[in-house]
Amino acid sequence: MNRFDYIRPVSVPEAIAAAAVPGSAYLAAGTNLLDLMKVGASRPERVINITRLPGLDRIEWLPDGGVRVGTLVRNSDLAYDERFAKTFPVVAEALLSGASAQLRNAATVGGNLMQRTRCAYFHDLAGACNRREPGSGCDALGGENRLQAVLGWSEHCIATHPSDFCVPLAALDAIVEVEGPHGGREIALDTLHRLPGATPEQETALLPGELIVALRLPAEASSFSRNARYIKLRERTSYAFAVVSAAAALEVEGGTIRKARIALGGVAAKPWRAREAEALLEGKQATAQAFAEAAELALAEARPSGDNAFKIELAHRIVTRALSLALEGTPQAMPALPASPFPALSGANHVI
Amino acid sequence: MSLSIGLTINGQPRTVALDDPRVTLLDLLRERLDLTGTKKGCDRGQCGACTVLVDGRRINSCLALAASLDGATVTTIEGLADGEALHPVQAAFIEHDGFQCGFCTPGQIMSAIGLIAEGHAGDDPERIRELMSGNICRCGAYQGITEAVLEAQKTLAERNRRDAA
Ligand SMILES: Cc1cc2nc3c(=O)[nH]c(=O)nc-3n(C[C@H](O)[C@H](O)[C@H](O)COP(=O)(O)OP(=O)(O)OC[C@H]3O[C@@H](n4cnc5c(N)ncnc54)[C@H](O)[C@@H]3O)c2cc1C
Ligand code: SF4
Ligand code: FES
Ligand code: FES
Repeated sequence: MNRFDYIRPVSVPEAIAAAAVPGSAYLAAGTNLLDLMKVGASRPERVINITRLPGLDRIEWLPDGGVRVGTLVRNSDLAYDERFAKTFPVVAEALLSGASAQLRNAATVGGNLMQRTRCAYFHDLAGACNRREPGSGCDALGGENRLQAVLGWSEHCIATHPSDFCVPLAALDAIVEVEGPHGGREIALDTLHRLPGATPEQETALLPGELIVALRLPAEASSFSRNARYIKLRERTSYAFAVVSAAAALEVEGGTIRKARIALGGVAAKPWRAREAEALLEGKQATAQAFAEAAELALAEARPSGDNAFKIELAHRIVTRALSLALEGTPQAMPALPASPFPALSGANHVI
Repeated sequence: MSLSIGLTINGQPRTVALDDPRVTLLDLLRERLDLTGTKKGCDRGQCGACTVLVDGRRINSCLALAASLDGATVTTIEGLADGEALHPVQAAFIEHDGFQCGFCTPGQIMSAIGLIAEGHAGDDPERIRELMSGNICRCGAYQGITEAVLEAQKTLAERNRRDAA
């Protein structure tokens, strides 16, 4: 780990002023930042601890039924908040399918949104990586790439964004509240993460020094609470990143889909909202056939970026599965294995 | 840059001078405070061997900057037993063969204490396994670990009921 100055601001304006100096990084729980600093993939000269900033650790319900979640709320506290989990079950399920109980206890909202790719070459200083070092090349392209992107990638970078949390947030039109050197602004979560194009090092829409202060879910997102699921395929049952995942949320009336929301995870450098697939479903009967067509459309543009054509078929199946499980209904209680595509049989013996 | 932080470790308030802000909580415990019960497996958040309680919550101490925890209360494996009397979770691990080589065990035990306090597993072994998945055991003692957590949870609940009566 490189040497750095450790800065402890006591207010948001002080933190933003501190971060305006080039080479600064905000530190929340550190579960991603420290990990990257240990291998040298991140080398901030100034580390600005934001965990003591006042007023950023609250879950506030808005008069219209939406919710505003401070950036310092811990992933587990949000997922287990009773009202939150009831109102936005697909978000709670995605949160609980991520990382481990220890990591969720530490990880913050903003840290989860801003976590970096898990591409092995991004972490390995011996590798060429345009995202880490612009212009150096992309070793993933001809290398180990079976878990890389199948949507929205470019020949400059084929990495994926690893967050589970962001997938239902993109589906439900979440808004990110930001404060920065030039005041406050709001960013749609769907536009927070950028596709690589020719500048993969520009990972998000945040400008230098900008701080995420809160996340908002609009009241309309609560209309999906009865039919919403997050389904995540992993290479082991738990404590693993998604190979592919999908959030599906439906508003159904007498068998007809009134509204649909679909987003995919693990397929692109951002959580992938499938708007055309949503539009195709709206007004249709909720049938297996319709779900398969929607999945087809969601992946129409997908193409392998290497040895990962299998992910397209898997993503297709995961979207179909998420939609049919959403139609079955949000489970009364959080499944024992959140987001698992395995049937939720208690005592199932796939672990022993 | 020199920093001084206050921590309550296993019930003891301590002032710790840090000559370097890069120290993780894990390295502080092991290298500077001689509390080597907490283990370093991966140092990357991937194994759970370094699990401790910070303000009562289980976290990975390898991914926590010590300097950022100024004022926190930390409990490690060394802080569990009451003299010769083992903590119920420690006793249950022995009773149920919840380990073989023992390297992951301090992390498993701290994680189990956190899990029981969180109260989301009930008596469902599947939920216990899922919520203990952040602790990898190279020896594969998972069956015994699950049984130990279930039993310790029962023992602690009974003890709480008795204390309340
Ligand atoms: C072994 C392991 C397994 C994991 N598995 C999963 C998984 O399955 N699914 C999943 O979704 N995640 C997973 N994670 C990632 C985990 O969710 C993130 O590490 C965590 O959410 C980061 O939160 P933090 O508070 O620790 O952020 P930090 O590490 O403190 O920060 C992360 C980044 O965000 C920036 N940042 C933090 N807060 C703000 C803010 N308010 N404004 C602007 N920038 C900010 C920091 O500068 C830094 O670049 C895993 C992590 C590990 C180590
Ligand atoms: S895929 Fe992106 S992150 Fe991975 S090596 Fe290529 S440029 Fe770097
Ligand atoms: S040493 Fe901390 S998780 Fe492995
Ligand atoms: S007992 Fe050996 S690693 Fe768990």
